[in-house]
Amino acid sequence: MAELFGPIRQFFARSNDDLVKIIGMAVLVAFVSSAAVSVTAVMLRPYQEANRAAEQQARMDQMLDTLPGMRELMMGSGMMMESGMMGAGVASLETRLVNLDDGSFARDADAAGFDLAAMLQDPEASIALEPDADIAGIKRRANQSPVYVLQKDGDLMLIVLPVYGAGYQSTIRAALAIEADLVTIAALAIVEQGDTPGFGARIEEPDWLAQWPGKKITDETGTVRIELVRGGASTPYEVDGISGATRTSNGFTNILRFWLGDKGFGPFLTRLRQEGL
Amino acid sequence: MSLKHHLIAPLIGNNPITLQILGICSALAVTTTLSTAVTMSVALTVVLCLSGGVISLMRNHIPPSIRLIIQITIVASIVIVIDQFMQAFMFEMSKKLSIFVGLIVTNCLVLGRAEAFAMRNPVLPSVMDGLGNGLGYSLVLLIVGALREFLGTGALMGVPLVTTVADGGWFQPLGLMQLAPSAFFILGLLVWLVRAMRPEQVEQPEFRLRAPEDRRS
Repeated sequence: MAELFGPIRQFFARSNDDLVKIIGMAVLVAFVSSAAVSVTAVMLRPYQEANRAAEQQARMDQMLDTLPGMRELMMGSGMMMESGMMGAGVASLETRLVNLDDGSFARDADAAGFDLAAMLQDPEASIALEPDADIAGIKRRANQSPVYVLQKDGDLMLIVLPVYGAGYQSTIRAALAIEADLVTIAALAIVEQGDTPGFGARIEEPDWLAQWPGKKITDETGTVRIELVRGGASTPYEVDGISGATRTSNGFTNILRFWLGDKGFGPFLTRLRQEGL
Repeated sequence: MSLKHHLIAPLIGNNPITLQILGICSALAVTTTLSTAVTMSVALTVVLCLSGGVISLMRNHIPPSIRLIIQITIVASIVIVIDQFMQAFMFEMSKKLSIFVGLIVTNCLVLGRAEAFAMRNPVLPSVMDGLGNGLGYSLVLLIVGALREFLGTGALMGVPLVTTVADGGWFQPLGLMQLAPSAFFILGLLVWLVRAMRPEQVEQPEFRLRAPEDRRS
């Protein structure tokens, strides 16, 4: 042991201005620091992943609770009884993966294991969006997206589409619930946003969200018309924007336009209208 | 100077925020509610103590030519480890604080104490100095956080104390308090208050205006 400690003691005995000592200390500090960081990161990963999974679950529950009439619908369809009262919403609302390009269901895919972040990293599983087409400001779009389907006796009752994109200073994630006619909005829920408190962040407020049910996403020709407007909304396609938060309002219009359009759920909705589930 | 002095002095007499004006950016960002201010205070105090201790322990072997980068490496590692712990065990809070825990690295307060104190003092006083400064920072953060949350939302720690107009009461929340500039106003008022009580903290101007004819002659 003494032979081993000899050189080490010698190294620390060197002057602090000595080149060997300088480089040696730099390497030593870098090595010890990186080891400490890596070990903690690896050891704590299981806890962090459990947290993320729990959060996604909670968001789903919350989304269902913000849909007015949702619970009654499920009560009516008898699903509440089958899956028990607690957390019944998630169990009874069926998650399916949609191939966004042709609008078909991805039958073989595992909807529970859907990992958006991983898909966006993978050039095979996502596409880069041209700046002109990328009105939602998301740069890449995964080839598949989960949708949440509520059906009763094989008939579609409600479909919930997850949408996201750039607000003013944060990514806004929302869930848009559409009724069986595939035109009328049943409810809108904001899942995540970080825009300016008191201004853009008001898109989370129940009062504002309450004006969405009953609005129409498309007109008779199938063109997406839904938008946030300044001043009073006068047509079924218009929703009052948020005063003082023009960029958030415009951003959210663009998010909806993108996700309901050709690059988003457009092909899926078209197929549903023609073929049903 | 006793250990107690290192702990007590930074609370008001030599407060890192009101006197040294260090660590302002995070003080603005995390004080919208009291609970984020508390968590940030704890995180920063822990980082200050640990970094003070570690750097003081190595102080005789840190080459002066690369001392800053060694200090910042140590501070950064401690911060990442704490951030990882928060993501594992305080997930909600770490989401609220988002990048600001990571940005403790760039908090001038941490590097300032490492450079000014821990590099020249033994381990125990350095840890005490870190603790004292952390508590001084926390004190200001808690005052600002409590004021901003109460005036901005009518609640403290998320518990409503007065009924807001929106809920049918009389209290009209001051929306400005939830935006960053309000932290500047409150900090400014605090600095004013402290310096009014302790005039010795008022700085002398570094330059005085000279009379114009001096320049001519």
